[in-house]
Parts: sequence; structure tokens; C-alpha cells
Amino acid sequence: MRRVSLVVVAVAVASLGGARIAAAQLPNGIVRPTTEPAAPSTQLGAELFAANCASCHGIDGSGISSPRPGASDIEGLGPALRGVGARAADFYLRTGYMPLSSPHKEPSSGRVLFSEKEIESLIAFVAALGKGPGIPHPDPAAGSIAQGLNAFTLHCAGCHQALARGGFVTGARVPPLQGVTATEIAEAVRIGPYLMPRFSTSQISNAELNSIIRYVLSTAHPDNAGGWGIGNLGPIPEGLVTWGIAAPLLIIGTLLVSRRARR
Amino acid sequence: MRPRQWLLALGTLLAGRVLRRRGGASGDAGAGGATGSDGEQVSGTPERRAENVVLVLLGIAILFAAGFVATYAAFSARHIPNELLGICLGMALVFIGGALTVVAKYLVVNEEIEEDYPSEHPEDQREIAQMVRESGGRFTRKRLLIAAGTATGAALGAAAITPVLSLGPIWYTQPLDRTPWRRGVRLVDVDGRPLAASAIEQESFYTAFPEGADPENIGSPIIVIRVDPANLRLPRARATWAPQGILAYSKICTHAGCAVALYRKPTFPVVEPEPEFVCPCHYSTFDPFTGGTVTYGPAGRPLPQLPLMIDASGDLRAAGNFSGRVGPSWWNVREPPV
Repeated sequence: MRRVSLVVVAVAVASLGGARIAAAQLPNGIVRPTTEPAAPSTQLGAELFAANCASCHGIDGSGISSPRPGASDIEGLGPALRGVGARAADFYLRTGYMPLSSPHKEPSSGRVLFSEKEIESLIAFVAALGKGPGIPHPDPAAGSIAQGLNAFTLHCAGCHQALARGGFVTGARVPPLQGVTATEIAEAVRIGPYLMPRFSTSQISNAELNSIIRYVLSTAHPDNAGGWGIGNLGPIPEGLVTWGIAAPLLIIGTLLVSRRARR
Repeated sequence: MRPRQWLLALGTLLAGRVLRRRGGASGDAGAGGATGSDGEQVSGTPERRAENVVLVLLGIAILFAAGFVATYAAFSARHIPNELLGICLGMALVFIGGALTVVAKYLVVNEEIEEDYPSEHPEDQREIAQMVRESGGRFTRKRLLIAAGTATGAALGAAAITPVLSLGPIWYTQPLDRTPWRRGVRLVDVDGRPLAASAIEQESFYTAFPEGADPENIGSPIIVIRVDPANLRLPRARATWAPQGILAYSKICTHAGCAVALYRKPTFPVVEPEPEFVCPCHYSTFDPFTGGTVTYGPAGRPLPQLPLMIDASGDLRAAGNFSGRVGPSWWNVREPPV
């Protein structure tokens, strides 16, 4: 017993110590110039790109298609960034998809490692690599939720679920869409990040995209008609819950009805 | 309408029985003094009233069960109001339950004998047997009640069996093999606009339908994608099926018939999974490059491929029918892998 508690204390101390060390270190391995200019600039973007992105995307943004060693033991492998424009840079940096710790990892939205100034500088640098699409400015207020639900069901719900709660596709996770911004949705639809297909304006017009965004934003607080939401999972689990509640009620009712006879 | 006539006939029958019974009782009263006064007494007893309540409750249950059948018959398969069906069936069961409760509470004798069973006195045993035999006699109109119970059971059974009709013709399966696709049928999008070959981009996917056909036909929806023709590994017989690398497959999963609504495409193919179709229901995964073969999941046969051609004006048209049976696998609908 005593030995067990000793081990627990030791583990607790070790994890505390680990946390302190992690806090003292650079949190994420981002390399920055010793002095950053006060305002965002393409120059700062170029420096950050060379230090943090070039291992995989190449120093000139032309991509690396066969693995080679990169900075700090990273395997250098990544797509070309010429012509992807400010749109893709804005999406991948603001969602925290980039930088990736390994090119084999699935990007997922997480902590954004660059500051706002750094992100703007990097976007300016990537945009300057080649002529590409700019950051979209969707107007969800101009869309209709009903039309959005329709288009979302047609194009997106196969993977993201009808209420945009996310899910799986073989080989990858599908992110839930609660807490994303309108701009990020507009960018993702046109870019098709990771395994997601991209949709051109001939498939999803900008007006339709506004409706889709309005619908997706509404799924963060769905208009429930009442009852128990159960994560908006759909009719099957709700049916099971109904049975779980209805069946005991029926049993209790049966017992009450038959009580007089059993007395 | 037939259900209404059935209902009417049933109601008349029941009412007739009740009236005849009443008439018989008063007739008896006229014939003999002793039995007559007995009959008068019987009709006023709580048992008699409970039986009437049971008959009324069962009658209402029959009406609801008939309402279920009538609702089913009155609406076409696509617009059946589920809530109405549910209310009918539920209320039928509630009223049957009510009738059974009344029977249990007022018509079934439940008396308790405080003393132990007199195992050594045949006289007393006979007495108890007599009591038990007589206790069944609270029913004054046994046959009528049994008839009403049978009618209710039949009505409920009919209501329960009616939806079987929705399963459709059992042996007539030929329509399942027919699809609207024939050589020369144009591909249109969900709004009915023709799909031009030039509009099909790589890294995206399109849902298309045959022009002028019912889009809800199981053989109608297809998924169209464009890939680099250099990567295609189609069977030799299908060499011409994908002009410019544009491929078309049935959108109905061969496992359980869900819509194959997921197209997974890598942004950076060097490290990411290959492009594949995935069905969101059970994650059957199909390889578009090799003719729709199953690479993962429960599907038992490849996704049927539709041969394509591009007409003079650049629009996509079918160059024939699917490579195999469209829709879920059932009975003997299986085929060897391509």
C-alpha cells in the first residue's frame, strides 16, 4: 500500500516537473527572428517561411515530392505553394493546420502557433510566391438557412453529417464545424483541404456558399424543437432512448394495473 | 371506399348482436316470471355495465385499427403520414389495454381464501371446486364478448400486417435490373442542366442523373469524377469507358444501398491516402481507378461503372448501361470481382 502511494507521489512530482520544463521551453518549436518588425511585412514572412515552412514546402515554395531531411529532424515532404494564394495560407495558418510536426500526420485544427502579425506576414509572403486567389469575403447574412441545409445535405453531409458534427472517412477524421468562422468555411470549400474534395463555383455558387455558411453557423446552436438533443445524432439512438424510458414506464404501468389482483 | 364499408358492416354486426341480445332478454321476461325478473336484475348489475364498457372500448379500438388500414390505403407510399399511423395504432392498443383492465378489475373474480387448502377433506375440496367453477360466471354475455375480442384481434392483426404491402412485389424483381441508362442518354445535374465534360474538374466530385428519368429510381444517380488518365488501371474491356479520365459509377452502395456520398481525395498524394469513394453508412470503400473494386468495408461486389462518351457539343453521355447490377446485394445478387 505504502509503496503504491509512493509511486503515485513520484509520478505526480515527475509530471509536475515535466510541465514546468515544457513551459520553460519554446512551446512548439517555432523559430523566430530575434527582432520582429512592429508591423506585418513580406520580409518577416520570408524569414518565418524559411525557418518554419521551407523544410517541407521548399525555400521557394515549389514543394518537395521525395522525402529529404529537413530542419530539426523533420522529414521534408510537402506540396508546392506557388499559386495557392492568400486564400490557402490564410486557411491553413488560422485553423492551426500548419505547421505540421510531420508530413505524415493528418492536419487538425488546434493551437495557432503564429501570432497575428506573423500570420499576416506569412500570408503576404505566400501570396507573393505566385498569382493566386485572395482571401474570400463571404456574406452569410445574404444566404438562406433552408437553401443552405439543402446544399449542405447534397455536397457536405456525406462526410460532415447533416448537423455538421463531423465523423470519419476511411483513413481520416472529418472535423466538426462548430466554432469555425465564415471565412474558413468559404476557404475550405474552394481549397478542399487534406482529403476533402474542392468545389468550384460551377458546383457551389457564391450565393449558395453564403447559404451553406449560414446553415453551418446555425448548427452551433441548432433550433431544437424540444426533447432531448442527444448530440443531434439522429433517429436511431433517440429511438433507443425512447425505448429505454418507455419500456420501464410500461412495466411500471403493468405492475400498477395488476397490483389489485396480486394483493 | 372499401375500408369504410368493412367498418360499417362490422358496426352493424356488433350493434345487431347487442340489440338481439337485449330483445331476447325482454322476451324471456315476458315468457316466464322467475327468469324474467332474473334477466331484469342481470341487465342492471355492475357486471353488465362493465361488459358494456368493455364492448365500447373494444369497438373504439377496432375503429382505430381500421383507421390505420384506411390511412395506409388512402395515402400513396411516399406521403403516408407516419404520425397518423402511429396515433391509430397507439390508440387501438390503449383502448384494448383499457378493455383488458376493465375485464381484469370487474369481470374476473378474484377472491382470496384465507384458510389453507383442505387437503384431507374431500367434501370441502368439492366446495372449493364449486366456487372456482362458479366464479367464471360473472360474464353474462360470454359469446358476444369473445366475438368482440376476436374482431378486435383481427382488426389489430390486419393493421399490423398492412405495412407488409410496402415491401412490394416479392417475386417480381425484374424492375430492379432495369436502369434509365442507355447509350446516348445525357448526364444532367440535380437541377436538370447537362454536364459538360469541360466542367468536370479534378479533385472534386459530381452527382449526375439520366436526362428525363426519375431521379429517385435506384438506377439513376451516379457519381462523376475526373482523374489523370495515366493513373487508370481499368479492366481491358473498359478501356474506352473513361474519356479524358472522366469516370462514372452508380451512387448506390452495393452493400446496403446507401448513397455513396463521400469522395476522398488527397491534397498531397505523396503522403495521403489514395482517392476513393466511401459510403457513409458502413464505410465500404471503392477504388475508382480499378473499376470500383472494394478495398475496405462490408460491400461484397464492386460499384457498377457506367461507360461514358463525350458528344459533339462536349456534353457527357452514357455509352451503355452499368457494368453490373445496381443497388444493394440481396438474395443472389452477387458477382465475382472484376
